[in-house]
Amino acid sequence: MVELRTAVDVARAVASGELSAAAVVEENLAAIDAREGEVHAFNVVTAERARERAAQIDADIKAGRNVGRLAGVTVALKDNMCTRGVETTCSSRILAGWKPPYDGTVVRRLADAGAVMVGKTNLDEFAMGSSTENSAFGPTRNPLDTSRVPGGSSGGSAAAVAAGFATVSFGSDTGGSIRQPAALCGLVGVKPTYGMVSRQGLIAFGSSLDQIGPFTSTVADAALLMEVIAGHDPLDSTSLPQPAPELMSVLSHGVEGMRIGRITDMPEGSSPDVLERLDAAFEALRNAGATVVDVQMPSMSYGLTAYYLVAPAEASSNLARFDGVRYGLRVDAKDLNAMYGDTRAAGFGDEVKRRIMLGTYALSAGYYDAYYGKALKVRRLIADDFAKAYESCDVILTPTSPTVAFKFGDKTNNPLAMYLCDVFTIPTNLAGHAAMSVPFGTGEAGLPVGVQVLAPALGEAPMFRVAAELERAA
Amino acid sequence: MNAVGTTATNPSTVVATAEQLIDGWELVVGLEVHVELATKTKLFSASANRFGDEPNTNIDPVTLGLPGALPVLNRHAVELAMRLGLALNCRVQPCTFHRKNYFYPDLPKAYQISQYDQPLNVDGWLMLPGDVRIGVERAHLEEDTGKSTHFGGAEGRIHGSDYSLIDFNRAGVPLVEIVSRPDIRTSEQAKQYVSELRAILLAVGASDAKMEEGSMRCDVNVSVHKPGTPFGTRCEIKNVNSIRSVGRAIEYEARRQIDLLTGGGVVKQQTLHWDDASGRTNVLRTKEDADDYRYFLEPDLVPLVPDAAWIERVRAALPALPAARREALAVLTGAAKESEAVAVVVERGQDAYIGAVANVGGDAARALVYVQQAFADEPATPRVPAGDLAALSLMEKNAKITSTQAKTLLTELVANGGGDVIAMAKAKGFEAMDSGALEAMVDQAIAADADAWAKFKAGEQKAMGALVGAVMKLSKGKADGKAVTALLQAKANA
Repeated sequence: MVELRTAVDVARAVASGELSAAAVVEENLAAIDAREGEVHAFNVVTAERARERAAQIDADIKAGRNVGRLAGVTVALKDNMCTRGVETTCSSRILAGWKPPYDGTVVRRLADAGAVMVGKTNLDEFAMGSSTENSAFGPTRNPLDTSRVPGGSSGGSAAAVAAGFATVSFGSDTGGSIRQPAALCGLVGVKPTYGMVSRQGLIAFGSSLDQIGPFTSTVADAALLMEVIAGHDPLDSTSLPQPAPELMSVLSHGVEGMRIGRITDMPEGSSPDVLERLDAAFEALRNAGATVVDVQMPSMSYGLTAYYLVAPAEASSNLARFDGVRYGLRVDAKDLNAMYGDTRAAGFGDEVKRRIMLGTYALSAGYYDAYYGKALKVRRLIADDFAKAYESCDVILTPTSPTVAFKFGDKTNNPLAMYLCDVFTIPTNLAGHAAMSVPFGTGEAGLPVGVQVLAPALGEAPMFRVAAELERAA
Repeated sequence: MNAVGTTATNPSTVVATAEQLIDGWELVVGLEVHVELATKTKLFSASANRFGDEPNTNIDPVTLGLPGALPVLNRHAVELAMRLGLALNCRVQPCTFHRKNYFYPDLPKAYQISQYDQPLNVDGWLMLPGDVRIGVERAHLEEDTGKSTHFGGAEGRIHGSDYSLIDFNRAGVPLVEIVSRPDIRTSEQAKQYVSELRAILLAVGASDAKMEEGSMRCDVNVSVHKPGTPFGTRCEIKNVNSIRSVGRAIEYEARRQIDLLTGGGVVKQQTLHWDDASGRTNVLRTKEDADDYRYFLEPDLVPLVPDAAWIERVRAALPALPAARREALAVLTGAAKESEAVAVVVERGQDAYIGAVANVGGDAARALVYVQQAFADEPATPRVPAGDLAALSLMEKNAKITSTQAKTLLTELVANGGGDVIAMAKAKGFEAMDSGALEAMVDQAIAADADAWAKFKAGEQKAMGALVGAVMKLSKGKADGKAVTALLQAKANA
């Protein structure tokens, strides 16, 4: 097991000249050389770019130039984040070889802060999945046990940090795609409040649900990264009109007097080892001076159903642009409609096709009210239930995933079982709230268990206070 | 409610007059007009909104629908759309954007961002000449598509073509779609509606409204029914690209539907394509194979809520609208407000100039005629100083020069961008003839042609020509034709 460096340490050491950015990159590249063959975290490793960038940062430091808060911190980016001149594929055949002409806002903010990209990571195609088995380029393996999945859809990003391929990484979370793989790989993973982090340059899956967030080995690293990437972006109309939250400064505040919600009508199906860790987490927070209060979330079990209408509906529209006309794969055919059909049949995998069909159907005339319209109502119900719950508590604790990392193939033949992986994470996205997963001990087979801290919109500060306390207690 | 009791359920309560019926059928027309807004940049990106540039030069990730690109609403486009809405007496309201999903190569995202159940402008109206009020249901914002050009095959259509090229310069250009209520009852009214809408667009600066360049495009909905019965099934005609074509397409389509119904047939709900060359409509598609656009709220944008202060600022800054300006010009010049001269001069924006001529003591009625006839290529504020035109109008009014001479001087004024009219008249030898000399010449002409004089006195107007011609000859063309006619008339009545 490699000793993981933290972003806080790297940035401080590199900025002070104790450690060179080049050395950090070489360390990561050596780890990649050693294990990437078995883990397959990346779609592309940008070794040369990383070396050049690190050399530039080292030169800047020598010259006394300002290098930013993430100087020399290596990052791996989920391959649905647009990177100028670097292949960005969403792990889909339809985008294989596509090089964006621009950097997304988060990518630019990271570069401006002195971060060094080491590669683009594997994902379930177009972020649709919970195990990274849906990648067109082959699955990613969990570095903690390569017979198991790393979770998904941001499985490559989680694996990259867990395997020491990068100091930190970024994923996108539409229904749990950061938090669940973070839990399964023993990392911290954050789904920020909707609108907190710009989506510009993030290839959309469910536009009203998607948020970019970090994977880190510590809560402090996650806080630091949030401070760098969050804050208003005029290029994203859904971006909230406010600056990044101050999170580093709240980590030491403790949880004295905080009210922690425990959902009494939580959806069933979690394994005993996971529930045991959740109880321990409540206990730890109580010991630290918080009170645990019971809350109800009667609509929580409907979240999954609503999500599997809303997200596919938006996806069916978002993915319509992959039509073979302007970029990506084109399969030539006898006429326009045949070209559309053949291109999309060859370019998309089964799960993507399944969701496009589901979403198209849900939005169709005559079905809209019964499906998409009803899902929007459930979405409001969930927000209402959360609002009511947060009248009596500051944050809520749930499991992140019902189980620890599962074995390959366990759920691939049963989409519904796979969808259930996200039962605890989805309601946050539907409500537009914040949530994060924090490692809290181990369960079955010594594998990590994540506890999820849920907070209302813009509740990042209390959420990070609780996460920091759990980290201290773990 | 009448015995049939059905008109109340029709979406318009306007009833055609007996003269407006066609062989006993009532025509119902509604118009959907798309206009490109005169913004510098596109509706959701910073690329230039400019017609006629090299293909695919005004593009960017948003325009091309590249993965990860997001739309950002252009505030100036909203303001121009509000200006138009307020000029059309609409209510400006909080609104949302929807996605209209369909596949076509010139639609980069495979959806068009448009407005659906909550448009920006609703419930307005537009007044046609003769005080005919046409309801405006809505005027909403949306983005334009790219432009496809199909090569090979017949008629430049995609079907059967060898290949197609797409220019995305137009993709994302801001459009306003103005939907009228089905209050139009004649093809003439439809033409007036488009013409008036165009005048308003130009007056408020919302669009250059060039139908020939496609910055203003009309879709025409036509149906016919017997008075007092429910509206007939309508057909939508696309590709109607001039005001004249609007009239022709409606007349053709009304006749087609009436003949069909009279022959015992039924009108099918269809989308038709107007072929200007053949003067016919062709079927594009019937209702059964209409697209299901799967409209849903655009999640990449937030609701647009124009605050009251903004709306009032836009309203206060609205210029005088064409109808009011025509009215004012008619009052100033004594011309009819429906006259062509008034319409043309207001459309050119030269009505204020006529006001300036009148302000320096010129004759407004004559100025109107001058401007209509000679200022077509001049800007809204012509180069000829108002004082020069005022001087010319007074010389003619006071019979210092004849109208023919005035016309000659006017041409010279315009060519030179102004001039000293009195000196110009003198240089040309245009001097006024005193009335004594003119009367002597009239008497001389009468004496020389007693036959014509007798016939003229007997009421034969044709005989006047010979007498006037004779006077002109005697005066070497310097006599004022109108003065001669008046003298002859007076003498005949004496």
